[in-house]
Amino acid sequence: MSQVVEAPTAGAGDDRGTGGRTGGGLHLRSLTKEFASFTAVKSLDLDIPSGSFFALLGPSGCGKTTTLRMVAGLETPTSGTITLGERDITWEKPYRRPVNTVFQNYALFPHLDIFENVAFGLRRRKRSDVKPAVEQMLALVELESQARKKPAQLSGGQQQRVALARALINNPEVLLLDEPLGALDLKLRRSMQIEIKRIQTEVGLTFVHVTHDQEEAMTMADTVAVMNAGVIEQMGAPAELYENPRTTFVANFLGQSNLIEGTVAGREGDVVKVDMQGTVVSVPSARAHLETTAGHRAWVGIRPEKVLIAEVGEVIDAPGNSIPGGVISDVSFVGVSTQYLVRMPWGQELQVFEQNTGRRRLFRTGESVDVSWRPDYAFLLDHEQDASAGTDRSDLPS
Amino acid sequence: MTATATRPAGSSAPTPEPAPPAKRPRRNLTGYWLLLPGALWLAVFFVVPFYSLLATSLYDPGGSVLEGYDMSWAFGNYVTAIQEYWRPLVRSLWYGAVATAICLVLGYVLAYAIAFKAGRWKNLMLILVIAPFFTSFLVRTLSWKLLLRDDGFVVDTLQFLHVLGADGRLLATPVAVIAGLVYNFLPFMVLPLYASIDKIDPRLVEAAGDLYARPFVGFFKVTWPLSLPGVVSGTLLTFIPAVGDYINAQLLGSPGQRMIGNVIQNLFTDAGDYPVAGALSVMLMLLILVLVLVYVRRAGTEELL
Ligand SMILES: Nc1ncnc2c1ncn2[C@@H]1O[C@H](COP(=O)(O)OP(=O)(O)OP(=O)(O)O)[C@@H](O)[C@H]1O
Ligand SMILES: [Mg+2]
Repeated sequence: MSQVVEAPTAGAGDDRGTGGRTGGGLHLRSLTKEFASFTAVKSLDLDIPSGSFFALLGPSGCGKTTTLRMVAGLETPTSGTITLGERDITWEKPYRRPVNTVFQNYALFPHLDIFENVAFGLRRRKRSDVKPAVEQMLALVELESQARKKPAQLSGGQQQRVALARALINNPEVLLLDEPLGALDLKLRRSMQIEIKRIQTEVGLTFVHVTHDQEEAMTMADTVAVMNAGVIEQMGAPAELYENPRTTFVANFLGQSNLIEGTVAGREGDVVKVDMQGTVVSVPSARAHLETTAGHRAWVGIRPEKVLIAEVGEVIDAPGNSIPGGVISDVSFVGVSTQYLVRMPWGQELQVFEQNTGRRRLFRTGESVDVSWRPDYAFLLDHEQDASAGTDRSDLPS
Repeated sequence: MTATATRPAGSSAPTPEPAPPAKRPRRNLTGYWLLLPGALWLAVFFVVPFYSLLATSLYDPGGSVLEGYDMSWAFGNYVTAIQEYWRPLVRSLWYGAVATAICLVLGYVLAYAIAFKAGRWKNLMLILVIAPFFTSFLVRTLSWKLLLRDDGFVVDTLQFLHVLGADGRLLATPVAVIAGLVYNFLPFMVLPLYASIDKIDPRLVEAAGDLYARPFVGFFKVTWPLSLPGVVSGTLLTFIPAVGDYINAQLLGSPGQRMIGNVIQNLFTDAGDYPVAGALSVMLMLLILVLVLVYVRRAGTEELL
């Protein structure tokens, strides 16, 4: 699976005086890594345009760190190639690659102070203007006053910024960030996300950000690649991935989805008709990610906030059929929204999120309701795929 | 009375560190109670014997073991000791320094390999490092005497390779004594080095590589400075007992390789010259103390984490 992504390349051409930058981006071709008998990364293809903020999203153990380490040169690929612009760097030594890493645990040098930590890369390359460069970089991450402290004397968030500064100062062609925010609390995490995004826009470098936090990936990145068990499941702009997932894993891992069993009835122009538990629903064919021959089994997917509920017999603002016979089985009032579980006649519980606009009363547990949605929001997935892939509830029957 | 003082200063354990300058809690008395057993032990077995050693070194040299000695504040003992025995004293420091340097090189490579490369053989290799302690120091040194003997395979091989002349030998040479010292004290170097190197996060070395440091540069900028605490304690644990050692020089050397420990032992047990032996012991102790202080200062270990 190889997709070239057209990402906004705001600062891509911005060379910042280093010279020789091709602006060709980072390309991985059938990159594979095997540890003994275990394949951590399976024939990965990725194209990351230069200047973009690229997020690699996936559950723990899916091979994200291994991929980054191969790009950084800290792990040798079993097969495949890595090219940066026109240059094949697959076998290049790590210290020769124009790539720097912000490590998962920061890996700051404990015996050097903050200034020397940040200056490390420049000194190794015998740069002459070390002092002003380091001071400027420390100012960027707002740590000027901490220059003479040791890493152990800083807070977690400050250490994280030192790690960022230490890598950024080298003006690498690609900056790799391996879950740099993993150890921070939620509030600090939010502000660091904004900070990193701001810095990326400012310096215009290519950032490859690894995370297993889908919200982080979606808020920060231009392009998100969802990785699972060593392969990329889907890649694209965050909204595109969220609105039109291609696999059950992506549908469940990025936000939540209702996946309802159905059978394809046939195509009618641009839409696919599906017999879903006795009700015929339509799905735009651009959102149907399977063979749409009649009789094919499928999952009809719909996001909880796209599901509309109404009192029995009430008109719902959605074209097409509404599905009768739902009974509210659970109500959780969250404040901005209310989350309902609606038990459908075929036994499945659908999740429904409704904004608290105040225009209508809350439903109570046990009430009967009708359910519907606008066909443009539904998506259709292959029934071969596990409906619980990518959920934390994979132990429950779907 | 002098039983405990017959040992050369360095070879009895606690010389350089009478109670480490631990950060004691201010109000809380627990710390003092915990110090008590160690402090008592040191008072009985270090301070008292040291006082008696100091006293011995100032006895009237005219006395003898049989007649007894008078306390006459005879500082002249120190002058005599230096005049007569400065050669073995300097030789001891020299042998100790060379042996320590060799131990450091061999020990660092070994400790590094155990810490970073041994994988599942780590524990086995550590046990092998301390395995020599399962037999006595004396027995091990005697077996080196067999190993290096004139018609032994080591000498034969070296003669065959023309490293040694046809009638060249190893026993009774500085090489044999230093080799013995290196062999006997290597574990004291390896263990602290290993403890230090093993604590180094390999990801720091990777980070150095990621930041354009070649492996060689990465070693000197990251691994070496982080292992300095082990280097300092390892060299001290090797140098101090090596300088005071007399077994190796006695079994593997000749009078030409006499170290200060041999002189002191000889003066105490054979010549019965207690005052000069005492003076030499005190001098050796102070000398090592000064060297250690200067060294620790220079190494700048207080700056390390
Ligand atoms: N050196 C190694 N030897 C053997 N297996 C390894 C090695 N490194 C990683 N693996 C395996 O490869 C898989 C992918 O590991 P990787 O570290 O890339 O995961 P990750 O996606 O970064 O996970 P996390 O989000 O938890 O950091 C894991 O199953 C891991 O057990
Ligand atoms: Mg990881």
